[in-house]
Amino acid sequence: MTGLAAYTTSTGEAFQFWVLGTVAVIGALCTILMRKAVHSALCLAGTMIILAVFYLANGAYFLGIVQIVVYTGAIMMLFLFVVMLVGVTAADSLTETIKGQRWLAALCGFGFAILLFAGIGNASVKDFNGLAKANEGGNVEGLASLIFTKYVFAFEITGALLITATVGAMVLTHRERTERAKTQRERSEERVRGKHLPPLPAPGVYARHNAVDIAGLLPDGTPSELTVNKTLRERGQIRDVSTEALNDLRALEQRAADRLERPDPHRKGGGRNGDGDRAEETEEASK
Amino acid sequence: MNPVNYLYLAALLFTIGATGVLIRRNVIVVFMCIELMLNACNLAFVAFSRLHGNLDGQIIAFFTMVVAAAEVVVGLAIIVSLFRSRHSASVDDASLMKL
Repeated sequence: MTGLAAYTTSTGEAFQFWVLGTVAVIGALCTILMRKAVHSALCLAGTMIILAVFYLANGAYFLGIVQIVVYTGAIMMLFLFVVMLVGVTAADSLTETIKGQRWLAALCGFGFAILLFAGIGNASVKDFNGLAKANEGGNVEGLASLIFTKYVFAFEITGALLITATVGAMVLTHRERTERAKTQRERSEERVRGKHLPPLPAPGVYARHNAVDIAGLLPDGTPSELTVNKTLRERGQIRDVSTEALNDLRALEQRAADRLERPDPHRKGGGRNGDGDRAEETEEASK
Repeated sequence: MNPVNYLYLAALLFTIGATGVLIRRNVIVVFMCIELMLNACNLAFVAFSRLHGNLDGQIIAFFTMVVAAAEVVVGLAIIVSLFRSRHSASVDDASLMKL
């Protein structure tokens, strides 16, 4: 990068190239060999960061930064977003639809690589110019002066392309509404209709027992099935004690009536009054 | 080391990307492989820019990046709508133009 025509780069750059180049190739191989799309995306992001370092080493300072911002920052995150949208667990199927397609593809890739390498090897580049002169007034300034003079038409076409891509993405992902949007009232009515909204009544409310398998009584005396656990309800293990309760009540009334007829010889006056009160109470309760 | 080695690396990355397009069936991974190929081309452009000593190669790489960004936006939108209609991200399932 020092003279106008150099023959070799610095040792530091060579070291960087061999170390990071190896990592970049491994990352690229992992991209195509990993089964899950998320792992592929992460490996590709690593490869792109290494490429950004290579851009910086090659004197393309602006492109190096843009590579990190646009590729690893925006494009790879967009990829990850779509991977999450499509489903992370969706691993690639390993069944081959065309027999031996994978080996043929690998063979094709190998042949293609040999072709490219032979082409580059034939070029026999001995010296290179380096960007020292071109980057004299600053890399960004040099790029800007080129973009706005020689390549200004391509630059404007690029603007049109970006707008078209934005509109295209919006058109592609837009879904037409097929039915009228529901109003807030309709939605709230939908939520309430046909369901038991408040918490279910506890067993034993208004009842004379509070065991879980005994239905609570409604104010009019009928047992409510809602008060019993759903499992018990489905098994049919509800114990109905309303008849027992009525029998108990009847027995109580009977005893009270007996006492009224044969007052206790040990307690007179007050006792009689008390018995009468209790009898009245039981009568009221039975009503 | 001669900067031509960058060209070799770019060729290798491009080949890996092309092979990935051929052997993978997940649409998203295929798309990522295309991105890898574009990146390899960018590296080649930047290396050429250094070899020739002018910034034109970097300009081309810059335009490639812009086009790649636009391509990714539209391509991922297509993938999302494809997944919505077919519930699959495999390129084999998209063998018919219509459902």
